[in-house]
Amino acid sequence: MNATLTLPELDLDPYSPENLIDPYPMHQAVREAGPVVRLKPYPSVLACSRHEQVHAVLNDHASFISSAGVGLSNFNREAPFRPRSLILEADPPQHTQMRAVLSRILSPKAVMQIRETFAAEAEALVDRCLALSQSQGQIDGIQDLAQPYPLKVFPDAVGLEDDGRENLLVYGDMVFNSMGPRNELLARSTERVGPVTAWIMAHCARENLRPGGFGDQIYQAADAGEITHEQAPMLVRSFLSAGVDTTINGLGNALFALAHHPAEYARLHADPSLSRPAFEEALRWESTAQTFFRTAGRDTELAGVPVPADTKVLCFLAGANRDPRKWPDPDRYDIGRRPSGHMAFGSGIHGCVGQAIARLEGEVVLAAIARRVKAIEVAGPHTRRLNNTLRALGTLPLRLVPA
Amino acid sequence: MPKIHVIRADGSTRDIEAGAGGSAMQALTAAGESGIVAECGGSAMCATCHVYVDQAWVERLPAPLSNELEMLECTASERRPTSRLSCQIKLGDELDGLVLHLPEAQQ
Repeated sequence: MNATLTLPELDLDPYSPENLIDPYPMHQAVREAGPVVRLKPYPSVLACSRHEQVHAVLNDHASFISSAGVGLSNFNREAPFRPRSLILEADPPQHTQMRAVLSRILSPKAVMQIRETFAAEAEALVDRCLALSQSQGQIDGIQDLAQPYPLKVFPDAVGLEDDGRENLLVYGDMVFNSMGPRNELLARSTERVGPVTAWIMAHCARENLRPGGFGDQIYQAADAGEITHEQAPMLVRSFLSAGVDTTINGLGNALFALAHHPAEYARLHADPSLSRPAFEEALRWESTAQTFFRTAGRDTELAGVPVPADTKVLCFLAGANRDPRKWPDPDRYDIGRRPSGHMAFGSGIHGCVGQAIARLEGEVVLAAIARRVKAIEVAGPHTRRLNNTLRALGTLPLRLVPA
Repeated sequence: MPKIHVIRADGSTRDIEAGAGGSAMQALTAAGESGIVAECGGSAMCATCHVYVDQAWVERLPAPLSNELEMLECTASERRPTSRLSCQIKLGDELDGLVLHLPEAQQ
């Protein structure tokens, strides 16, 4: 007898254009069907969208492993498109060693050191956007604000040269598309990424990293014998894969949230110290990373459902973030909420190692806007940039009304 | 159901009923304790659920792991020998009556 046969099965494809454009009805359907469900287009996968199960999977790294990939593809059966990440696609004890180095370099204390620089850059950029909005009547919240900011401050902190940074966008798009199926989005990403991969790997080399930056600090950890010199460039690659596209969309989604909730923006304008919770709530409300997978490392169970070894488990982070079992009035964007425990950065030992920097970026950009801008108005329809994993905007026309 | 006795930086106190099995941070935030921020939600990534464990209880807790020790370098209020991240304190019945002092600031 196989108890898994009685699981609810939904005919939903998380990677169809409709569900990528508006994933929330799908998340709700999955949540309400049960704690663990099957999706017809991916019959071997188990999926969960309730906060309790997403949290449980991500916090049981012994049962639900990452080394078989954190996307749909199972690395035990299919070769990954690139050498696997030493931290994202790894399990303890290797993961523990790598994580210790990265989390020290990106710790809240280290982030305090760069705070002033990041705040000054945010203020200068918002000044330019405000001037642009006044001279041409509107700005593009993505091209003019959400994209240039992380593309400036984060590679600066890593120690990357100025030229060629747009390669980080192409590479990030590829990495996050690769966690979905082999669909058209992935095919298009793959076409574009060809020459970019060589650029990325060249920029993971020590001679291309400014002394003292985050990248160089990884090599210092190798000098100290904490990791090997062969591992160092691969850890720098993690900065270049996950450090830009994520925050760009985090900022873009926060601008989208505030533009569509003028009363919430008015609260923020009245009290700019709310910029940190306003960004945090945007992460909950519109999770940048929508999904991550784990793989059962042994026969286990989830909410009483048997999960045979080697089963892929799809966690809807964004679904957990709007689970009414966890959040009162979950579809409401409310900057007074304390959304501690949201899943936008994941959770457990693989929780985003750059989250302190991401929060800094969100906070200082929103604070700079809150102090200078009386209202953020929608100046036209937005477009979405579809990605298999990321919730991303293509364009976001906005009018910034000066304070 | 373990109980936690909380002593805030201003000297005020309260008792919190905690569900067994969760962390002290989860019990404190579920009770709406404003002296705990817990920005990262319990991954030992932010140092904003910092507490001082009462001297009488320090030895009764399992020692912190390396990731917690690393993060304790990042607390907003002074780090003391009794400093812990409350997200890493797993509550069981043996911790019934645990006394936690809250620091002045978390951020």
